[in-house]
Amino acid sequence: MQGLRIEGFQEERWQEIVKGVDVELDRGRVLGLIGESGAGKSTIGIASMGFCRPGCRITGGSITFDGLELTSSNDENLRQLRGVRISYVAQSAAASFNPAHRLIAQYVEAPVQHGVMDMSQAESQGKRLYKRLDLPDPENIGNRYPHQVSGGQLQRAMVAMAMACKPDLIVFDEPTTALDVTTQIEVLAAIKDAIRELNTAAIYISHDLAVVAQVSDRIMVLRYGEMVEIGDARAMIAAPREDYTRALLSVRKVREDKVHHAEEGDTLLEVRDVSASYGGPGGVPVLEDITLDLTRCNTIAVVGESGSGKSTLARAITGLLPPTKGSIVFEGKELPPSFKQRDKEMLRRLQMIYQMPDVALNPRQTVQQVLGRPLSFYFGMEGKAQRERVVELLEQIELNARYLDRFPSELSGGEKQRVCIARALAAKPDMIICDEVTSALDQLVADGILRLLQRLQNELKVSYLFITHDLATVKAISDEIVVMLNGRVVEHGPRDVILSPPYHEYTELLLASVPEMDPDWLDNLLHTRAGARLREGPISEQLT
Amino acid sequence: MDSLPVMVGKRLVFGVVTLIAISLMIAVGVELLPGDLAQAILGQSATPETVAAFRRELGLDLPWYTRYITWLGNFMTGDMGTSLANKREISELIGTRLGNTIFLAASAAIVAVPLAVFLGMMAALYRETLFDKMISMTTLSTISFPEFFVAYILIVLLSVQWSVFPSISNIAPDMPLGRKLYAVALPALTLILVVVAHMMRMTRAAIISLMMSPYIEMARLKGIKRSRIIIHHAFPNALSPVINVIVLNLAYLVVGVVVVEVVFVYPGLGQLLVDSVSKRDLPVVQASGLIFAGTYVLLNLTADVLSILANPRLRHPK
Repeated sequence: MQGLRIEGFQEERWQEIVKGVDVELDRGRVLGLIGESGAGKSTIGIASMGFCRPGCRITGGSITFDGLELTSSNDENLRQLRGVRISYVAQSAAASFNPAHRLIAQYVEAPVQHGVMDMSQAESQGKRLYKRLDLPDPENIGNRYPHQVSGGQLQRAMVAMAMACKPDLIVFDEPTTALDVTTQIEVLAAIKDAIRELNTAAIYISHDLAVVAQVSDRIMVLRYGEMVEIGDARAMIAAPREDYTRALLSVRKVREDKVHHAEEGDTLLEVRDVSASYGGPGGVPVLEDITLDLTRCNTIAVVGESGSGKSTLARAITGLLPPTKGSIVFEGKELPPSFKQRDKEMLRRLQMIYQMPDVALNPRQTVQQVLGRPLSFYFGMEGKAQRERVVELLEQIELNARYLDRFPSELSGGEKQRVCIARALAAKPDMIICDEVTSALDQLVADGILRLLQRLQNELKVSYLFITHDLATVKAISDEIVVMLNGRVVEHGPRDVILSPPYHEYTELLLASVPEMDPDWLDNLLHTRAGARLREGPISEQLT
Repeated sequence: MDSLPVMVGKRLVFGVVTLIAISLMIAVGVELLPGDLAQAILGQSATPETVAAFRRELGLDLPWYTRYITWLGNFMTGDMGTSLANKREISELIGTRLGNTIFLAASAAIVAVPLAVFLGMMAALYRETLFDKMISMTTLSTISFPEFFVAYILIVLLSVQWSVFPSISNIAPDMPLGRKLYAVALPALTLILVVVAHMMRMTRAAIISLMMSPYIEMARLKGIKRSRIIIHHAFPNALSPVINVIVLNLAYLVVGVVVVEVVFVYPGLGQLLVDSVSKRDLPVVQASGLIFAGTYVLLNLTADVLSILANPRLRHPK
């Protein structure tokens, strides 16, 4: 790609989202594209297939694939290239598999439709690949529908699908971002195998430098549609040239100092033997006998993979999902199980911040309205007093009065999350439940949010119950850690105890699964884990 | 989410409740109409005594709720009663009429449904082209005209101008199928023109709304042909809304044909209903009203079941 320029139609006008980027990729090599959201990495990735998402257009530069100029090729030529010589692995396998068709039917579609092989050849090759990528029951798993397999399995099935026609280039677009750390390893291993054995070239897109470092030969750092730096993966990790790359490398190492420390015995919230299930008593049990205490001015991090019941715990505490058993005690007083029976004062003292600020804010309300509502609801504050308090809140979250009349669509992701924090603060709560509040944000932005939360705790002595799947976040903010697995607490204790040896077995698995910047981390880990497990021969043999 | 049989059972119970409520509303509604049957049959010159005697004979002197409850009890045991106007068995009266109405509806549906789905897919495939706009314009025009207007235009063109089809659709039970179809050609065509637009536009909209989904992008990046993407990837996922609109239109074909039946003097249920209302023939009105309502309830139930069957998540649970 030479001087590639792509424009997107945003806010009623065409804006350049890729500003003259050069990319060169040799056969059999892997290029990592890294950057925050809006850096244009995904757009560049699919542009290598001569494809532009609706609402985008290529305005300049050239894309040459194996001597063929893609920007001037007609649709039919491009169609014949896609799926055969260049294939694509999308971020969310759950959304990118057609829910109406079986996995194997979607696997064989590209080879059969492009006339590369017939149906039965493609099917048996698919089964071999499923086996190679360690999918369970490879003979029959293809007969399942996408919703019948887990996220990690689905992502591997998509990697298999991309390999079906033995392409020369595979574009991996954040293929592990939506996965748990333990699942991410399986998929990363599958991808690495696929690339190595097929000897295909690949573009690997991610916002996580540690992940990119595991698979790439070279890394390109992008920001605002422009290249920041490019270089050999190992060299860049060892000695980044640009400040921005250094910032990416050093994320989440910072921690705002904690000023107040919890006083022994000053318990704010107790969760006693709480069990909860969906579908009423006798329904699917999600939580079993959870017990934990939160001290005033403290932060408890609840860690676990998806499905471990950590968000359900938040719902049980807030009364959105009344527990089937056990009790929630707040300052020595037992709370009614359902939020409907709790009084306004109780509701005020316990606030919540959600994962997706986009969905948690009403798009038709201005910041003033969003923040004014709790003020009038809890304190009957109206008019000028309300406005002044809103400005004060905005200043607390490091924004200012200029934001008063903006709508959520006019805010960035991090600003939206800040407004959500301010909304919770407006109620002057004693405790805030933060449900994956940084998961949807870019790392640098997430860092800012974590620092803000710590500062607010220092100033306002508020307690946090911090729900997250991300151990880096846990390290940064928690005082105590609760590790959950399958609806139960497996380990509970002060941060420094949990995060230093000897580890609990499951905690160790989680810790070991967090990608490290070391490019050899994945290989070493797999080597240790696999031990003497025999590899079943190179992938290329199974493809013939 | 309930299992399928449980869900169908629940809907059936709701359906019966709805039908009882509707029959009650019909009874009250007819009671509120001015004039009465005895007066209508005996004419202006009848003496008050004769009218009163006749009313007693028909049971019209009883309060309406007594009549309603008796009627409901009989109806439950399968006795629809007799027509007040001509003493014929209602079941027999309605039977042939209902058959005729369903015949007309079916002839229209067999053409209209596939045509609408096909046009919808084509319009989605050639979106924003001249072809798409032509289809949209044509179907929107036909749906915008009142039915009787479409009907008369068709009569003027196809029966007066060119004499292709008869303008009066008289059919009898013993006619061969071909002649029957020939007789209903114009009313069926009218109905087709009226219902195609809805279904076609829904198919188009449902498919187009799916075209932004990631699995469609995936299919495009797999180099799949556009026509195959529409038919194989988008349409199966668009089925649920499309089925609902189709079924609503089928229901319309059965119960909404009153005007068309009147224009073409077609011996269907709609005509019977109109006649019976003007004659204050309560049992017939109630019976046909209930049949119409029952059709709606049943077809909507069918739509719900089909939507579930169209969803692989519900068809193949984990």
